[in-house]
Amino acid sequence: MHPLLQRIQQTFSVGVTGLAEWRGDVAVTVSRDKLHEVAQFLRNDPGMDFDYIVHVSSVDWPDDEERFEVVWEFYSIRKRHRIRLKTRVPESDCVVDSLTDLWKGADFMEREVFDMMGIRFRNHPDLRRILMPDDYTEGYPLRKDFPLRGKGWRDTFDFLDEVPR
Amino acid sequence: MAFEDQRTTVYKIDPEHPESESLPTLRTEELLLNLGPQHPSTHGVLKVILELEGERLVKSTPVMGYLHRGVEKLAEDGTYHQFIPHTDRLDYVCAMYNNFAYCRAVEKLLNLQVPERAEYLRTIVAEVQRIIGHQFWLGAQALDIGAMTVFFYCFRDREILLDWFDELCGARLTTTWYRIGGVERDLTPSLIDKLKQFLDYFPPKIDEYQVFLEKNRIWLGRTKGIAVISAEDAVNFGLSGPVLRGSGVDYDLRKYEPYSAYPKCEFSVPVGKNGDTYDRYWIRVMELYESVKIIRQCLEQMQEGPIMADVPSVTLPPKERVFTNLESMIQQFKLFSQGFDAPPGEIYCGTEAHKGELGFYIVSTGGGKPYRLKIRAPSFVHMGAFDHMARGYMISDACTIFGTYDVVMGECDR
Repeated sequence: MHPLLQRIQQTFSVGVTGLAEWRGDVAVTVSRDKLHEVAQFLRNDPGMDFDYIVHVSSVDWPDDEERFEVVWEFYSIRKRHRIRLKTRVPESDCVVDSLTDLWKGADFMEREVFDMMGIRFRNHPDLRRILMPDDYTEGYPLRKDFPLRGKGWRDTFDFLDEVPR
Repeated sequence: MAFEDQRTTVYKIDPEHPESESLPTLRTEELLLNLGPQHPSTHGVLKVILELEGERLVKSTPVMGYLHRGVEKLAEDGTYHQFIPHTDRLDYVCAMYNNFAYCRAVEKLLNLQVPERAEYLRTIVAEVQRIIGHQFWLGAQALDIGAMTVFFYCFRDREILLDWFDELCGARLTTTWYRIGGVERDLTPSLIDKLKQFLDYFPPKIDEYQVFLEKNRIWLGRTKGIAVISAEDAVNFGLSGPVLRGSGVDYDLRKYEPYSAYPKCEFSVPVGKNGDTYDRYWIRVMELYESVKIIRQCLEQMQEGPIMADVPSVTLPPKERVFTNLESMIQQFKLFSQGFDAPPGEIYCGTEAHKGELGFYIVSTGGGKPYRLKIRAPSFVHMGAFDHMARGYMISDACTIFGTYDVVMGECDR
């Protein structure tokens, strides 16, 4: 097992629900209530020292009980290692702790996740839509149930029948 | 109505003498100013709401999304091969590097080894693209601040390389030259000659660019000590590329996680000290020299060999065979329309593009299409630090800060 994963497993007996290593990428899945605690450990522990935020992302798994997966990726510039932190959120209670207090760069990235997937971040300083317009009411575009051609007023468009050759 | 503020002088209006209304009322208040959405210095369509106190920026709120085209959603609907042309349209100034970053990510997902010659070709073209990107940046940034001459010189030399791209792949900007597992076609002897000529021609020109700017007092005044960010903050915000290196952090993925032919080349990573706009300029100019060095070494070391990995279930057959051989044509058609069967899993792969770390996070559940594809665009991350870096500077410095990020909105909004 990767030494990072070993260390995390030793430190957190409960709350860590999955450890994975694939193609050299290290990923930790934690339960939602432990997220901030684990993130703080990753940020502040001298052996971890993840000072650089790479991206915040989200994946929609419509068939699962806990539908959404929020993904943070960190890098340590001094230690030169990388980790992925994941947590699952159910659709009925789409809230997860914000990590903006640890990494300021998470601000815009989490806003994008909110905009695209509709996941709310607790304690986020300015949780508004970022890429879609502020008054956009047609839902969250990257969810799997959002059709590719769009929703709302575009549904009223007439589509031309295929021209017979 | 009188104001308590000491700086405020209010002339009270005497109801007996209404003409006193025309007396000047001197009072200060915060002014809200919209910069953009259409402003030449925003390099695309970006609005920033500036809160001003006099000419000082108190708070700035970027409003983005004017160029949002839903590229990540489109990716979920197409096969891996079909997405390559979409990556051209992310950072349309440097299409090659986007192709490169995307192909590397898919290769990591597939665990695909790329032949050596293809790695060298990729590195050469990526560095040519870096030169183009930095030339574009240098010209445009100087133009934003008002130094016009260097713009013409940069674009003159950029044109040579764009014509070179045209000969290489038939397009100047939206190139789509990289393929999963290799590259689309090899360099011809004529292309190699032209590139060598350019490498001899170019270094004196970089000196020329520098003379234009570094002897220009106005330009120096507008870049030195402007938009300073400390190393700690820059790392915390997730900045990358020259913007981070300007603050003294030598984070460069070409060195930290070497890929392609970079480990076989000798080059140095310039690092700044003060974290201001001038240092970030200096780094980019030094990188031009380094790119020339890398290309020279690659051209010397490169050996003959295949330019595409030979994994028929994934990689495309050579173009000549597609036109003459039925099986190859069917193979090409199936790879583009149905795709290959990617293993289930998830990867993140970051590449050092000239703007910073361009990464792709791909979640695959098997099959020919990515389940989820997230683009980590450096421009987007840099815009997150805009407010922090602009606070306290003059309103005219806002344009300098757009410039210093090298922001391209196509990539920022995706």
